[in-house]
Amino acid sequence: MTRSAPRRRSPPGPRRGPQPLALLAVLAALLLAVPPARAQQAETAIEAPATTSAGHLVLSLSKARVTIASSFSGDSVVLFGVIEPTAGDGAAQTYDVVATVRGPNESFVTWRKERRLGMWVNVDSRSFLAAPSYLAVLSNRPPALMADLGLLRREQAGLAQNRLLQRVGADYADVVPDDPFRQAFLRVKQSQGLYVERTDAVEFIAPRVFQAAIPIPGIAPIGTYTVDVKVFADRALLIDRSVSFEVAKIDFEQAVATAAQQHAWLYGLATALGALAVGFIANLVFRRD
Amino acid sequence: MTIYLPIAELPVNIFTLLAMGIAVGFVSGMFGVGGGFLMTPLLIFLGVPPPVAVASVSTHMAASSFSGTLNYMRRKLVDVQLGLVLLSGGMVGTLAGVLAFHVLRRFGQLDLVIAVAYVALLGTVGTLMIVESVRALLRQWRGVKAPLRRPGAHPWFLRMPFKMRFRQSRIYVSIIPVVTIGFSIGFLGSLMGVGGGFLLVPALIYLLRVPTITSVATSLLLTLVTMVSAIVLHSIFNQTVDAVLGLVLMVGGTIGAQFGARAGQSMKAENLRFLLGLLVLAVGLRVAYDQIARPAELYAVTIDESAR
Repeated sequence: MTRSAPRRRSPPGPRRGPQPLALLAVLAALLLAVPPARAQQAETAIEAPATTSAGHLVLSLSKARVTIASSFSGDSVVLFGVIEPTAGDGAAQTYDVVATVRGPNESFVTWRKERRLGMWVNVDSRSFLAAPSYLAVLSNRPPALMADLGLLRREQAGLAQNRLLQRVGADYADVVPDDPFRQAFLRVKQSQGLYVERTDAVEFIAPRVFQAAIPIPGIAPIGTYTVDVKVFADRALLIDRSVSFEVAKIDFEQAVATAAQQHAWLYGLATALGALAVGFIANLVFRRD
Repeated sequence: MTIYLPIAELPVNIFTLLAMGIAVGFVSGMFGVGGGFLMTPLLIFLGVPPPVAVASVSTHMAASSFSGTLNYMRRKLVDVQLGLVLLSGGMVGTLAGVLAFHVLRRFGQLDLVIAVAYVALLGTVGTLMIVESVRALLRQWRGVKAPLRRPGAHPWFLRMPFKMRFRQSRIYVSIIPVVTIGFSIGFLGSLMGVGGGFLLVPALIYLLRVPTITSVATSLLLTLVTMVSAIVLHSIFNQTVDAVLGLVLMVGGTIGAQFGARAGQSMKAENLRFLLGLLVLAVGLRVAYDQIARPAELYAVTIDESAR
């Protein structure tokens, strides 16, 4: 992560690419601009409907691209967010933030083993369709404390609340959260480090400014990752914004991967010849007679 | 120091990989087997996806078997004729194995079939080799001469029609069992992701009665041809060959193979067979244990490739 001195305030563009400079400028401007009088205003928080678009959320990421070079062994992307108050918000208003990071979708099969004839055999399976290959749920406190379960489910806030579409017979449906296949799927993905739930990862560095580190493991799949940030206040959804970043191979790694995909014939022949060359060289080097 | 594998898409420690390459290379040089039956499980244990592990190991095996074949070629120990006849069956077997691979993966029972095949084959081959070599060693220890091979005393399957003389191997047998052996090796090899050397060497020694050193040399030639074609086929159809992974394994493997070959040449054939038998049996028992012991996680998650 690189920090530079704040420059002129640029218009916030949360949906476009992340701009660390713009964010820092916004951050600085906001901290300085909060008038002291506002702080003494009576709290007249109006119960905002869950779908309100009132209030602004400015989001930025420490990098737009996680690059995979030969020394890559995992990385982290830092998410910054600034909640701009609306007229109705008091200064004492507290916010809750749930950031959900989803990697490219992939279909998975979860198998259940059972003992048959003394051996552990796959006996049953469920297909998980278009499940995120990476899923991180970061929040400032357990999402269950932020709002009612119905709202959390609707907003997919919290790992248990994320929809994972399963194929059940001919139907496609998500099942109850304590479904053993669903739980096993989450457990296996969590043990691989690809599914993460951290209820203390979102940190408020000022009342309206938060940051969170998104852990990218070494085995993170390549593709576009979306960061969906939901701000809750008074047990209701206040703002919903998202940004995205890429995980991509660069340089040599990219060259190898594209060669393998686009010039499969050449790649195969070159690899085979390379193997023979290594064998031949070894034979010459270690020749005894 | 970690290195990122571009096709396997994960970082691994380069020294772990090198050490694995050297260790497996040593074994493969010593016994004249490809070492795939050791390397593939090791890579999967490291976290490399099985399709990438199977495909990338073939580069390592191609390199070390080429190096070994050159050695034996120079010493004129390779029976090229026998190799070609085996290959004719092996190619058909490989194709059949690839088809079976896809069918079994569909039903989610591939792991089980592979495990059972490993246990059955490694267990049988390992036990047979140990029993036979212990007998040979006991005979030697007692000072009894080994029973001479009588030319006419062939088992029934070698007396089948289409006989052919393999001069290098000093055998005159029907090609039906030879092609069948080639087919089985190709089938099991592509199904289990191994070169099949650990099956071929004993099969040549015990079934076809080819001299041990010629068996080893011819098996290396066969491994070389099947592995080179495996590299190209996997690259074209699955795109799962990781050249970086392969290169690290190859460098370690060829170095290890040289030392292994030297260790193997200085050893008596009976001892060599006894050790290989022990190793094969140990791997078989290990696979059996994994299949019988209660796994820590009763569920497994795989990527649904048919949905891609």
